Amino acid sequence: MGMTMTQKILSKHAGKELCAPGDLIEADLDLLLGNDITTPPAIDIFEKNSFGKVFDTDKIVMVPDHFAPNKDIKSAEQCKRMRDFAKSQNIKYYYEQGEEGMGVEHVILPDNGLVLPGFAVIGADSHTCTYGALGAFSTGVGSTDLACAMAAGSTWFRVPEAIRVDLKGKLNPYVSGKDVILYLIGLIGVDGALYRSLEFTGEGVAELSMADRLTICNMAIECGAKNGIFPVDEKTIEYLDARVEGGYKEAPEWLFADPDAVYEQTITIDLSEVPPMVSFPHLPSNTHAVGTFDKTKIDQVVIGSCTNGRLEDMKKAAAVLKGRHVAEGIRAIILPGSQRVYKQCLTEGLLEIFVDAGCVVSAPTCGPCLGGHMGVLAKGEKCVSTTNRNFVGRMGHKESEVYLAGVEVAAASAVKGYIASPAELE
Amino acid sequence: MKFSGKVIKYGDNVDTDVIIPARYLNTSVKEELAAHCMEDLDPDFSKKVEPGDIIVAGSNFGCGSSREHAPVAIKASGISCVIAPSFARIFYRNSINTGLAILECPEASEGISDGDKIEVDTDSGEIKDITSGKVYKASAFPGFIEKIISSDGLVGYTKTKLQ
Repeated sequence: MGMTMTQKILSKHAGKELCAPGDLIEADLDLLLGNDITTPPAIDIFEKNSFGKVFDTDKIVMVPDHFAPNKDIKSAEQCKRMRDFAKSQNIKYYYEQGEEGMGVEHVILPDNGLVLPGFAVIGADSHTCTYGALGAFSTGVGSTDLACAMAAGSTWFRVPEAIRVDLKGKLNPYVSGKDVILYLIGLIGVDGALYRSLEFTGEGVAELSMADRLTICNMAIECGAKNGIFPVDEKTIEYLDARVEGGYKEAPEWLFADPDAVYEQTITIDLSEVPPMVSFPHLPSNTHAVGTFDKTKIDQVVIGSCTNGRLEDMKKAAAVLKGRHVAEGIRAIILPGSQRVYKQCLTEGLLEIFVDAGCVVSAPTCGPCLGGHMGVLAKGEKCVSTTNRNFVGRMGHKESEVYLAGVEVAAASAVKGYIASPAELE
Repeated sequence: MKFSGKVIKYGDNVDTDVIIPARYLNTSVKEELAAHCMEDLDPDFSKKVEPGDIIVAGSNFGCGSSREHAPVAIKASGISCVIAPSFARIFYRNSINTGLAILECPEASEGISDGDKIEVDTDSGEIKDITSGKVYKASAFPGFIEKIISSDGLVGYTKTKLQ
């Protein structure tokens, strides 16, 4: 029986010839990730059980990005706990706030060239599935899993069944990877891919930028998937070659889905039919095409996050905001996803466009996405956000509302003061 | 393990943001987390929950974040067991790892009402609704998961592995 990409990677890391869906395996890991929320409990477990030294100081990444720059004393204590542990364990990839290469975890790991095709990666953060865009198996776990994997260098997985998402056609203007993944989640629901791998295939893959693919895989978790994964093509190699230390020329020869790989289901998406999408409160699956609903007034716009905080996203936001101004009474908050993205925004003149348009520009942080800081909502307030979740209370008060959208819709909504398509500005 | 208690019932897609809102994640002290468990979904939860009570919910329980604080908060609030037709996968892992009993049983989720008194035997998977008299059978854990549970969770299992 043939294997999917995910099954290939898992069997390779489990030292097995073959992996079938449902198999429970122990897999060696290439990279582990933790942040300031999830790592402190992992450290507690690690130390309480006298695990000693981590299995490999060069395979663990620690990023204080959620409630950092420290939003309060307790958050400062959590960041300090992780910082002290990283120092005492000599963790190579601990990123300090402000340092080059620092930023929101899922923006910086790919951009710093730390994830390679064929890798098996776990992160104590649900959006760790982002790295599937690079042809890696990558999935979110909890703090106990992280603690044990930091000691052992391996963890257990149930080999997932697969859903194939066959992409064809080309994206229309103002439509990006964010709209594609919202469209898919709207189609199959928030548990439509529960426990399964989402394997993207087809001629449409080549039409998607790496930023689009990273955004799509980032939100695989929002339909319950264990991971999302893209095949490796010229764009992937070019992306990695510019970022990986020593360059990157070729993916492992075994890293492709067999022609007779088994998929539980195939979903075909014609990219040319995907409109600009918005997910209404309070589920990512509650999707509507922009222009198909009544005028919805808003109070705030957030552009950034691990979903849409890359340079491409900042450029899209700037293209909409250039020469325009945020509507009266609207707070528009822009969070470049990393120090590098921030600097590129600076050197390319994007920061000036944002400030002239009346936007707040923040240091890189997860901040408002999970209601932490830098844009928490009051009772009854509505926000259009390029983040990934719109659950009850996600960005603040339990009676506030988050509308998920792509960057261009978010930027246009900031200008209009209601949920709008960029086409309305033409 | 055997549990008995009254049922607190919720619907589908109970997410980790309502189980424990992120604004409280500046701590991992379980008592502090328990004090805010479910508050955005059910503000009375912490007042009405009694030790041993059982959450019966709809599908995809625990969807969203990887925060282990979610099963930790539920367990620390006094809940002995969660029954649902399905669990989000990270929540499923986290529950096993942190020792929160969970059972997958669509029929029980459908048939059991809020406030019912029920008994649960996690070894046999039997769920008995004392109020209605109905009995349900949950699917058993795969053997490998049983091994983790019987090693006193993933930490115990890992210790054995490292030896």
